[in-house]
Amino acid sequence: MPARLDSTRALRAFQRRMKDAVVRPLAAGDRMQRRGRDGRPMAEVAAEFIKPNDRLTAFERLEIYNRMYWFRIIDCFYDDCPGLRAALGERKFARLAVAYLAKHPSRSFTLRNLCSRLEHFIRAEPRWTAPRTALAREIARFEWAQTVAFDEAARPVLGPAELGRAQPARLRLGLQPYVTLLALGHPIDTYVIAVKKRDTLRAEASNAPAATRHAARRHRVPRPRRERIWVAVHRVDNRLYYKRLEAPAFRILAALRDGQTLARAVAAAGRGVTAEQVQGWFALWAELGWLCRRK
Amino acid sequence: MPANAFNGRTDYGIGIGLRVPHYAHILEQKPVVGWFEIISENFMGGGGRPLEVLDRILEQYRVVQHGVSLYLGSADRPDREHLRRLKALVKRTRTPWLSDHLCWGSVDGTYTHDLLPMPYTRAAAKHTAAKIRQVRDYLEVPLCVENVSSYAEFHASEMTEWEFLTEVVEQADCGILLDVNNIYVSSKNHGFNPYDYLDGIPHHRVGQMHIAGHTKFEKYLLDTHDHPVLDPVWQLYAHATRRCGVTATLLEWDDRIPSFDEVHDEALKANHFIAGAKAAPKKIAAAHARAS
Repeated sequence: MPARLDSTRALRAFQRRMKDAVVRPLAAGDRMQRRGRDGRPMAEVAAEFIKPNDRLTAFERLEIYNRMYWFRIIDCFYDDCPGLRAALGERKFARLAVAYLAKHPSRSFTLRNLCSRLEHFIRAEPRWTAPRTALAREIARFEWAQTVAFDEAARPVLGPAELGRAQPARLRLGLQPYVTLLALGHPIDTYVIAVKKRDTLRAEASNAPAATRHAARRHRVPRPRRERIWVAVHRVDNRLYYKRLEAPAFRILAALRDGQTLARAVAAAGRGVTAEQVQGWFALWAELGWLCRRK
Repeated sequence: MPANAFNGRTDYGIGIGLRVPHYAHILEQKPVVGWFEIISENFMGGGGRPLEVLDRILEQYRVVQHGVSLYLGSADRPDREHLRRLKALVKRTRTPWLSDHLCWGSVDGTYTHDLLPMPYTRAAAKHTAAKIRQVRDYLEVPLCVENVSSYAEFHASEMTEWEFLTEVVEQADCGILLDVNNIYVSSKNHGFNPYDYLDGIPHHRVGQMHIAGHTKFEKYLLDTHDHPVLDPVWQLYAHATRRCGVTATLLEWDDRIPSFDEVHDEALKANHFIAGAKAAPKKIAAAHARAS
């Protein structure tokens, strides 16, 4: 770190030093680690740029920021991932949170995007979630889809009349950006609903904390068994919904999302699907406002 | 001053923060409120319920935007995508002024989501002022910068916090969002006289004030926004309004949020403390005229 902060370059060096200390994972007891990544004592590092006062050492003053960072960021992670927390259990989830956030600190001005790379991380580093990595990945995808459905932008809707005039061989429809299609190996939708319901009941019983904690241990939501499902996470009138889809319907929507023409998308449904079925699906999707012009 | 170039020449009086637990009450009961302050970042997602609620609020109320992640003191350049979304929101809300913090919180594109204190150096002031001008020119709306609570002081600092604040806002020609609670918290944490701070800033640049509650720990105060305003902060607020004039004032209550009425009643207590300033507006106006 430069001796004098007399330029933007020196300011950047100062900010890098402090940021590295602030985002470093906490030690046991939620205390700041005694040594930095390079092995130097943190007391020495802190004293280089932070003044002590009559009550706190430089280390302790830096520790306030270190703790605030982790408390804030972990809080946000817990809020965004209640299903994953329930599936992994408290200790494993906490270890995953720290490992993920240490590897992928926020790169966005908004905490909304904090878990955007969680599924990728779980896939890349399965040791944090083993032996339930497949389930954890699916829950992470599902919970990120909820964030997207909550506040992603909407594009102008294509109604049934416009669809009726279109030439299927040339028309490429878009799927609303807030709709996420998921092909899953577990019924994550019902699992997440059950977890949310349990957590709501727990919050409502907050005037009896001891009894509630005990109840929470007893009322563990059973982890979902393997079952193939196709689901869209979306919103209607700004309320979040999960809609189960039939496999051929899912394939049509996925093809539309991926830029196929309407004709090719319908062909992707496969054999055994009737024209009436396809018409019914499109009517429903148009009514839900899922279909839009491509960007 | 009640109305000046830094708050879009408005006279908004006392407001409160727009927070999720109060949405239903506000939309259904339509209580009389001077204005709402919104956290800009909560409404920059592009769609969904946040913008629906905001649009309904905008039909009935005056709204001012307050940000938490411009990080005007960060060495990084402003994030273009952030600014683009912020400008879209400014157009939507027609906020007469916009505020964010005099702090840093990101470096090399990594965000701490905290309001980290600046080293009070001339180079940092120059850099920050240039960044404020850049942001304000892009957003085309008056900008006020808020003093933050802090828990650390740096060897590198060359001046007091209020001298740094003055240096930045004079160079940037921007306004001040004076957070009276933050001054009090920092004064206790760093051992300075909060009245020296209040007396040492350019009063004519104060476009808005914040008041809030804090928490006292054994060795320091923490700016928690989860309590009513404490008496020493009210006294400081009364002094600030005597110095700066009766300015748009906002109560921040962000954690353990009580009922809407409790928050609103707490904010309206400010009326009691600004009586002194209301009694002598001409004197204050004359002082500002001399200062500017």
